[in-house]
Amino acid sequence: MSHAIQERPVSAAPRRGSLSHARLPRWSPAAIAVGSIAGGIGTGLAAGWHSKVQWGLTAALLFVLVTFAVTTKVEGSRQAKDRVATSLVWVCFVLAVVPLLSLAWVTISKGLDVLDGYFLTHSMNGVLDAEAGGGVYHALLGTIEQVGIATLIAAPIGLLTAVYLVEYGNGSRLAKAVTFFVDVMTGIPSIVAGLFVLATWNLILGFGPSGFAGAMALAILMMPVVVRSTEEMLKLVPNELREASLALGIPKWRTILKVVLPTAIGGITTGVMLAVARITGETAPVLLLVFGTKLINPNPFEGAQSSLPLYVYEQYAVGTDAAVARAWAAALVLIAFVMILNLVARGIARWKAPKTGR
Amino acid sequence: MAKRIDVSGLSAYYGAHKAIDDISMTVEPRSVTAFIGPSGCGKSTFLRTLNRMHEVTPGGRVEGKVMLDDENLYGTNVDPVAVRRTVGMVFQRPNPFPTMSIFDNVAAGLRLNGNYKKSQLADIVERSLKGANLWNEVKDRLNKPGSGLSGGQQQRLCIARAIAVEPDVLLMDEPCSALDPISTLAIEDLIGELKERFTIVIVTHNMQQAARVSDRTAFFNLAAVGQPGKLIELDDTERIFSNPSVQATEDYISGRFG
Repeated sequence: MSHAIQERPVSAAPRRGSLSHARLPRWSPAAIAVGSIAGGIGTGLAAGWHSKVQWGLTAALLFVLVTFAVTTKVEGSRQAKDRVATSLVWVCFVLAVVPLLSLAWVTISKGLDVLDGYFLTHSMNGVLDAEAGGGVYHALLGTIEQVGIATLIAAPIGLLTAVYLVEYGNGSRLAKAVTFFVDVMTGIPSIVAGLFVLATWNLILGFGPSGFAGAMALAILMMPVVVRSTEEMLKLVPNELREASLALGIPKWRTILKVVLPTAIGGITTGVMLAVARITGETAPVLLLVFGTKLINPNPFEGAQSSLPLYVYEQYAVGTDAAVARAWAAALVLIAFVMILNLVARGIARWKAPKTGR
Repeated sequence: MAKRIDVSGLSAYYGAHKAIDDISMTVEPRSVTAFIGPSGCGKSTFLRTLNRMHEVTPGGRVEGKVMLDDENLYGTNVDPVAVRRTVGMVFQRPNPFPTMSIFDNVAAGLRLNGNYKKSQLADIVERSLKGANLWNEVKDRLNKPGSGLSGGQQQRLCIARAIAVEPDVLLMDEPCSALDPISTLAIEDLIGELKERFTIVIVTHNMQQAARVSDRTAFFNLAAVGQPGKLIELDDTERIFSNPSVQATEDYISGRFG
């Protein structure tokens, strides 16, 4: 058999068989991209457009069109469709990343002005709005406490609800009703959750504003997200593992606790952390229920507290240069806080995930 | 302590669908009984009724009696969890717990049932792994994840896990169908050793395997697709494969249908 291979021409290039065709060089997409960007800038300058968005969109359009035209000419129409699909994917990727990077860039560049150790360890006690100075400590403390309490309420309830839905519900009417209402709850606007707690806890039961009241509203917002993500993760656990455990004579509750949940723990942690990230940025219920203060109030169960999104909102509303600088710095703290939580969650997920190595 | 299984008038359902109809048979202790028959004839379903795993399937329901020595598995007040501790099971696809190490996998049954002494655990794990002919291959990496083993090793790990809780009966649902011939041979040798201590029931599609490993063979069949499966005959393996008393068995074994 080997001599058949040896008889083949060493270079296929000179002979144009039915299986080979002209190909664009590997660097051509990059070259077309550079050309389109130049074209976009040129068109923008020539037409005198002020908006850089127009420049970018023109470049993107040029990129797709030129790719199509060049490939059709050189490689044929089927390859052209393939290249156009690839270039569309790239354009969409860039479109998605640009706002993200620009947001991160603006927050970091503006936030770093006043962000320092003093800012992180001092409250706004005795600082006038127009004055520079002051800090975010009271708001950071409030956010950590409120989000912590909300997670303590919502995570166990959400987790157990998901366990019920997947392991015990079996498509019963109760399970279907729960699923339906969880879906409805996912869509609750945060202000409605805030108003609900305001009406029951503060107005009917007569409690004053407190971090705990805010945490309850945040828990309402968090719960459906936890249920949903945990449910999906539990459904991914193969049934064979449950059967293997049950066949060893292990009771169902221990099977769930020791086999099903550990197998899914990575995904469940990620889901909970995403829910935490979602509620950390909530302003509306905090505004209604936690009320905001300039002072450090470490007790979440009594008296007004502050929180990071509320602090950003208040400082930005003041509008003086010093206050706006504080707002940006607090926004940066908020983003960093959520990012650290996410990194921790990823670490836990990787550490706990089922291992496949030898 | 191997036990005798005595099944009488057993039917199993999935919701309204009757999967197996009125099966009666006796499985002798310390022997290997093989179930053969075409796909969908209810072999696996019947096997799963023997340790009450059938009812884990939504809609699964059983009528009839399964006597384990002198106790009816389907009697009132019988705890299915206790039944499954007595009647262990090995599945078609190797399914070690992915979060656990090799050691923890074997120890899982004891640990999660809560009835063990810490000092004995290592001994039991070693004994079970030796019993499953896996000890020499894994003794240096007991703390590595079980899912890192090869398919055949994983299946032997599952067998070790099943025998670690010292069941009286071991049910095997096509334990070799996902394995290569060499792993299959290893498991067949193992079955030969295990029958000294356990009552073994094995479902297989491989008739040579049934002929090799089993003392008695049961042939299941179904009249048509959608009809419940029935036990056609149960006899000594030699007789089934040389001179079966029912024509359908001979047809199936000689490959004239199915």
